[in-house]
Amino acid sequence: MTGAVVTGLGVASPNGVGTEEYWRATLEGRSGIRPIRLFDAAPYPVRLAGEVDFDAEAYIPGKFRAQTDQMTQLAMAATVMAFADAGLDPAGMPAFEMGVTVANSSGGIMFGQRELQQLWSQGPTYVSAYMSVAWFYASTAGQLSIRHGMKGPALVLASEQAGGLDAVGHARRQIRCGTPLMVTGGSDASLAPVGLAFQIATGMLSTRRDPSRAYLPFDRDANGYLPGNGGAILVLEDADAAEARGVPGVYGEIAGYAATFDPPLDDGEPGPDTAAYDPPRGSGRSPRLRRAAELALADAGVAPGDIDVVFADAWGLPALDWEEARAITELFGPRGVPVTAPKTMTGRLYAGAALDLVTALLSIRDGVIPPTLNVTEPAPGTDLDLVLREPRRRTVRHALVLARGLGGFNSAIVVSAPTTHARSST
Amino acid sequence: MITGLGVVAPGGIGTKAFWETLSAGRTATRPITLFDAEPFRCRIAAEVDFDPAREGLSPKEARRLDRAGQFALVAVREALADSGIADTVDRTRLGVSLGSAIGSSTRMEEEYVAVSDRGRDWLVDHRFAVPYSYPYITVSSLATEVAWAARCEGPVVVVSAGCTSGLDAVGHAVQLVEDGTADVMITGATDAPLTPITLACFDALKATTPRNDDPAGGCRPFHRDRNGIVLGEGATVLVVEEYEHARRRGADIRAEVLGYANRANAYHMTGLRPDGLELAEAIRAALAKAEVSPSDVQYVNAHGSGTRQNDLHETSAVKRALGAHAYDIPMSSIKSMIGHSLGAIGAIEIAACVLTIRNGVIPPTANLTEQDPQCDLDYVPLVARPQRTDTVLTIGSGFGGFQSAMVLGAADLEAA
Amino acid sequence: MTEFTVADLKDIMLKAADGTAPALDGDFLDTPFPELEFDSLAVLEIATLLQQNYHLVIPDEAVAELTSPRVVLDYVTARLRESE
Repeated sequence: MTGAVVTGLGVASPNGVGTEEYWRATLEGRSGIRPIRLFDAAPYPVRLAGEVDFDAEAYIPGKFRAQTDQMTQLAMAATVMAFADAGLDPAGMPAFEMGVTVANSSGGIMFGQRELQQLWSQGPTYVSAYMSVAWFYASTAGQLSIRHGMKGPALVLASEQAGGLDAVGHARRQIRCGTPLMVTGGSDASLAPVGLAFQIATGMLSTRRDPSRAYLPFDRDANGYLPGNGGAILVLEDADAAEARGVPGVYGEIAGYAATFDPPLDDGEPGPDTAAYDPPRGSGRSPRLRRAAELALADAGVAPGDIDVVFADAWGLPALDWEEARAITELFGPRGVPVTAPKTMTGRLYAGAALDLVTALLSIRDGVIPPTLNVTEPAPGTDLDLVLREPRRRTVRHALVLARGLGGFNSAIVVSAPTTHARSST
Repeated sequence: MITGLGVVAPGGIGTKAFWETLSAGRTATRPITLFDAEPFRCRIAAEVDFDPAREGLSPKEARRLDRAGQFALVAVREALADSGIADTVDRTRLGVSLGSAIGSSTRMEEEYVAVSDRGRDWLVDHRFAVPYSYPYITVSSLATEVAWAARCEGPVVVVSAGCTSGLDAVGHAVQLVEDGTADVMITGATDAPLTPITLACFDALKATTPRNDDPAGGCRPFHRDRNGIVLGEGATVLVVEEYEHARRRGADIRAEVLGYANRANAYHMTGLRPDGLELAEAIRAALAKAEVSPSDVQYVNAHGSGTRQNDLHETSAVKRALGAHAYDIPMSSIKSMIGHSLGAIGAIEIAACVLTIRNGVIPPTANLTEQDPQCDLDYVPLVARPQRTDTVLTIGSGFGGFQSAMVLGAADLEAA
Repeated sequence: MTEFTVADLKDIMLKAADGTAPALDGDFLDTPFPELEFDSLAVLEIATLLQQNYHLVIPDEAVAELTSPRVVLDYVTARLRESE
């Protein structure tokens, strides 16, 4: 056995805290999308989101809670779960042989807004001493390394909603460079009034009030997406090192990874005033997403025909859905591979989109593909074999996970079934 | 291989002005002019005199981009021109790894002030949010701007690791070139932290110097009386290119990244243990990767932030990693001149190393009139020192407990 | 006169630990902060909260000397008495 294998999982998601809770909910089609409760969303056109029902005290000591935003707490809880799942006590491991690469996109924005309000309404001396370590993007990597005594390479990657995959790709690279264990994945908690207001300004969120008709990727009724808070953490180990320590079980291998970037929309300066962050229009985009997928397949040494399921990025805007559908059909042929988007049950989790990797690994473990919720009528021209309503039984040996980030990021990962020590279903 | 360089730093914009500041030992610290700093404990900083129009940014770019993004754009344009890389590279094998600790926080705060009615409203009014406000809270938007400027279609990402972001971003770029993922990486870092909220954060930590009456003497790395950092701002962009690729197109190779490593102290988000164990480990690992022994190191570009704890921590780490050689190797902190620009500084310091190698002059530690007896290395006080340097080490340490080290070497050694 | 009691101090310390600080259940006044699991950042946060709640400005040198809850109690009490 060689390569980088996933030996532990942790999930803090809107439809389930704990890997098995999340997985049950996902297979049963239980959604975590509900009216926002973290603050009064009545003034906003977007009132639905995926919030995490989460008892931070159960996972995180007071001193860590006080100086962290929820973005870090979600990752911290998921990391505690992932270590337990991997049968590992980091305190018993050599400190320099454990590292952290996690993704983040919007920082500790609830904490940040609270302290900005203190500053602007009361003055500089009212700003918490914790603000400096709670808000900044790298906070989660620092806190995880401290909490678990991990002294290997540690940093945060950001590529908007593609970051969760990029972090895992980076972690795999660190394993190849000699760090045998990496904690990786991603988390985000963009749901604060100012975070929501700025997301609304992109014009990409769904303003529907009916949770079952709001975020509908690939549907003819696609009208935007809903955001969610959440985190997913994977313990990634060098396969030989995992074997040597007597790993209880392996979920799978991170077999291939690649990232590409979309060039500007035209040959001149990128877009008029706002086009830079408008939904990229129609053409020109899918070749780079497809290329990311092709490179990931090549990296994994598998052909399109070997892929048993695609976990789609599933943005939920017609043009972007169409582009992704085209990339998938170009690669796999029309209805050539089952495609699913369980994130319809959580909302888009930004850096927390590493959750799709967890889901893919659980699909491998249990031989079942979770459904895409709420989508009823696929948009014309999206010739995909979408897994709708019900989970679908299927042996999964290789899964392709796609993610895109606003601004032009495309990432793809191939996860493959373990060759030995496979996990059995719980 | 580093084949292009662009710098925006306090004291002057462009690589040339940057090097003049450093080699002259000039301090760019002054009372803050960017906003009214009167209510703050620390009211001095190293500011960049920056006029977007004069630096060639279009009105559109100036309006859309945060100050950190504007710095990055100016730096990437200089680096691209400097490298002559345009049209010689397969865009699908051209990527970006940009460091930033706090992203577009200047505009984020301005937009927050607008939508919250100057901090009055918790439920901010989304109708006042400009269409591009969202990129101000997502640090990756800075990489997007740089990638557009360079017309990349390969891997693009922001690396964020607090004050070592710049070092780690370049380190990541080098890894991608080494393992064949990319032929050329546009890398470096940017930050523009001179804003009310960041100043307030550092006030609350008592991490900045309260020496408001002596701006030029504010940052005093390794000095007996040092009492905190002076914030700075700026950006550096480097073109990192695979050796054969650079050789084929006849690029002017400025320097080579020989080794890099990062570690975490797993101890504290802001505190440092005086033993410097983890930074020493990062240095050791970077030297091992570079196949460079401590006796070969000819200059150490220090983190040298000028806080009580950092300068001790760092001195211990360098001694621990380089042994007795530490006493013979000149080591200086350019933060004494251009301040601490958080995530950007690591990349700016790499630029300083490249220029040190090219020019055979070691920049000094300004303001070092009276050395702390506990900081007992050769810190090149006050005046630049002409000295041939083929192999240099640059180190960084930051919030989150991140510790990073990079070894750079003169290019012609390898070619010979 | 504004009083600063042990209970007030405990409230502030709890706030700096998000409500959970097991070490505050017993006698904690004379225990150094690190042994109570209050690190340097937490002590700065205590100083920030004191500044806010009691309208004090605590100079850097004084913050550096806040090594245990007892020192904080005595310091704030003295400062409040001064400002009578």
